[in-house]
Amino acid sequence: MRASMEITFDYTRSLGPVLGPFLTALRDQRILGARDSSGRVHAPPFEFDPVTASPPAGLFEVGPAGTVMSWTWVAQPLDGQPLDRPFAWALIRLDGADTSMLHAVDAGPAGHAAMRTGMRVLPHWAEHRVGSIRDIACFEPEGAAGADEAATADEAAAGDAAEPVTMTITPVRLRYQHTASPSESAYLRGLAEGRLIGQRCPACEQVYIPSRGTCPADGVPIDTVVELPDAGTVTTFSVVNVGYPGQHVKPPYVAAAILLDGADIAFHHLVLGCDPAEVHLGMRVKAVWKPREEWATTADTISHFAPTGEPDAPYETYARHL
Amino acid sequence: MTEVAIVAFAQSPVGVRDDSTTGGVEMLVPIFREVYEQTGLTRRDIGFWCSGSSDYLAGRAFSFVQAVDAIGAIPPIMESHVEMDGAWALYEAWVKILTGEADTALVYGFGKSSGAELGRVLALQLDPYLVAPLWPDATSVAALQARLGIEAGRWTEKDMAQVVARSLAAAARNPRAQVSEADARLEDLLARPYVADPLRAHDCAPVGDGAAVVILASAERARDLCERPAWISWIGHRIESGSLGARDLTTLAPLGPASATPVDVAELHAPFSHQEILLRQALGADESALIGAGTEINPSGGALTANPMFAAGLARIGYAAQAVIDGRAGRALGHATNGPVLQQNLVCVMEAR
Repeated sequence: MRASMEITFDYTRSLGPVLGPFLTALRDQRILGARDSSGRVHAPPFEFDPVTASPPAGLFEVGPAGTVMSWTWVAQPLDGQPLDRPFAWALIRLDGADTSMLHAVDAGPAGHAAMRTGMRVLPHWAEHRVGSIRDIACFEPEGAAGADEAATADEAAAGDAAEPVTMTITPVRLRYQHTASPSESAYLRGLAEGRLIGQRCPACEQVYIPSRGTCPADGVPIDTVVELPDAGTVTTFSVVNVGYPGQHVKPPYVAAAILLDGADIAFHHLVLGCDPAEVHLGMRVKAVWKPREEWATTADTISHFAPTGEPDAPYETYARHL
Repeated sequence: MTEVAIVAFAQSPVGVRDDSTTGGVEMLVPIFREVYEQTGLTRRDIGFWCSGSSDYLAGRAFSFVQAVDAIGAIPPIMESHVEMDGAWALYEAWVKILTGEADTALVYGFGKSSGAELGRVLALQLDPYLVAPLWPDATSVAALQARLGIEAGRWTEKDMAQVVARSLAAAARNPRAQVSEADARLEDLLARPYVADPLRAHDCAPVGDGAAVVILASAERARDLCERPAWISWIGHRIESGSLGARDLTTLAPLGPASATPVDVAELHAPFSHQEILLRQALGADESALIGAGTEINPSGGALTANPMFAAGLARIGYAAQAVIDGRAGRALGHATNGPVLQQNLVCVMEAR
């Protein structure tokens, strides 16, 4: 079984004494460089000298025009790249610098055919600048319509002397096709049929649920399927009192490890249907399934576990699983 | 201090595998079995376990923990992990044996490259302040390097196509390769379109899922486990500047020992065709170099024909070791890299004794 999965988060980073001023200057439409101990000018500036490891003695303005030292053509831009139409990546040596910076070049109507090493380019500044490498929207060939004026426009706005930039936020969004293993798939398909599918290891005879394909104790493949009942014993639990984004159940509630009858490993689920204070080790519980029409290949097909009211399981039956 | 040798190697078939997960277990169990059979060892005989893989590639935290299922961790084991190619796990295991803390080690690397949106995931290994926010894909960054070399006269598109043709032909003799072509013609290769000018699709490693495993042993154990162990005579690891534009991308810092003689077989981890040329230049720069005119390059087909991420570098060392173990080479080297423009390079030189 496969399903798409998307992960999103923001990286928030502090900038320090070199990148902070560099990005502050970008916000103000200026590009800074620094001279290393051998006399080479780095743009962007180094944080620590490549030879002496000292911080730069000072930052000074370079560019904004520069020369393309190398380039490649992107026919189909990826999500998040500087341009959403075909463009070039380039290593650009800004005037006054000895190193290059990576950025995008909008080659204009001629596109790919316009690109060449040695091409002169100017930054095209982003309209809304926050102190980020993206404050340069892209570079454009020198003389391209709009390039020169864009490079000099908005001076007044830049002079507002907003606060120095000390942090940068990079939003990250990654997409995956997540594959479940054959045995994980069997477990998930079982849930959709209202069944709990585990496996017995041929070497140690332990019964695992969910089925996992390989015995974690012996490292051998498992192919014996075992169907387990939906009743078991609480082996440990925690009362959740803290709220968090995306939480499905209102605190306080109980997250528990439940040893299904016949299993040798506990699995995690919610215990609801009683006061959290009543939950205890050895308590007998049974799965509460969602209505049949909602059964699916997902873990929440079992809504939660609830106390059965049976006498507690004898300690010896779960002592090995604490 | 003891000496250390590689005594066994196995690699999974590589491809877009629907039967495998980001936890790697399904790819690892069969190749663990292969190296146990080669050596007569069982899992309980292994003194140290070390792996290389990536949570970013898997899209989840602690993905390497699931892989431990393939080991069988009862009774408890001594285990470690690097968030790098398995070649760096091999380095850790080599140190572990040298220090006397273990006399055997099983090292593995695995990657399910096909599950991730690679162009974006790999951007996150670059400078997080000034480069990653632009989301440059690895192929584009490598293409910038390829053009610099072409325009500096270090290599030509034809040289690159020759690397591809030789790699594809070698892969036709390697059942574990992902792509192969027994007799690719240069003019046909050069007629194909660019994917990232000046790189064509065949200049770039294919995306595939796979795993590799190597067993290391101390001098006291190696000869019992393998008739002709591949003794590690030298191992080194270099890091280039992380700043893409501050370094000459067409050269590398010296990678081998100060003085050496050419090896018989070199397995170079070059995910892009021009990088094999760059590595050959770096390792064959002068008379005391590791690569000479008689050195056979990438008889496995190399990374251009199978590049399971986080396993392909370890596999290079494994294939080189196998050449020594099989008697095809007296001395061999394996190289591993991380990063789209060879930012990290590890070289492992092995010999028969």
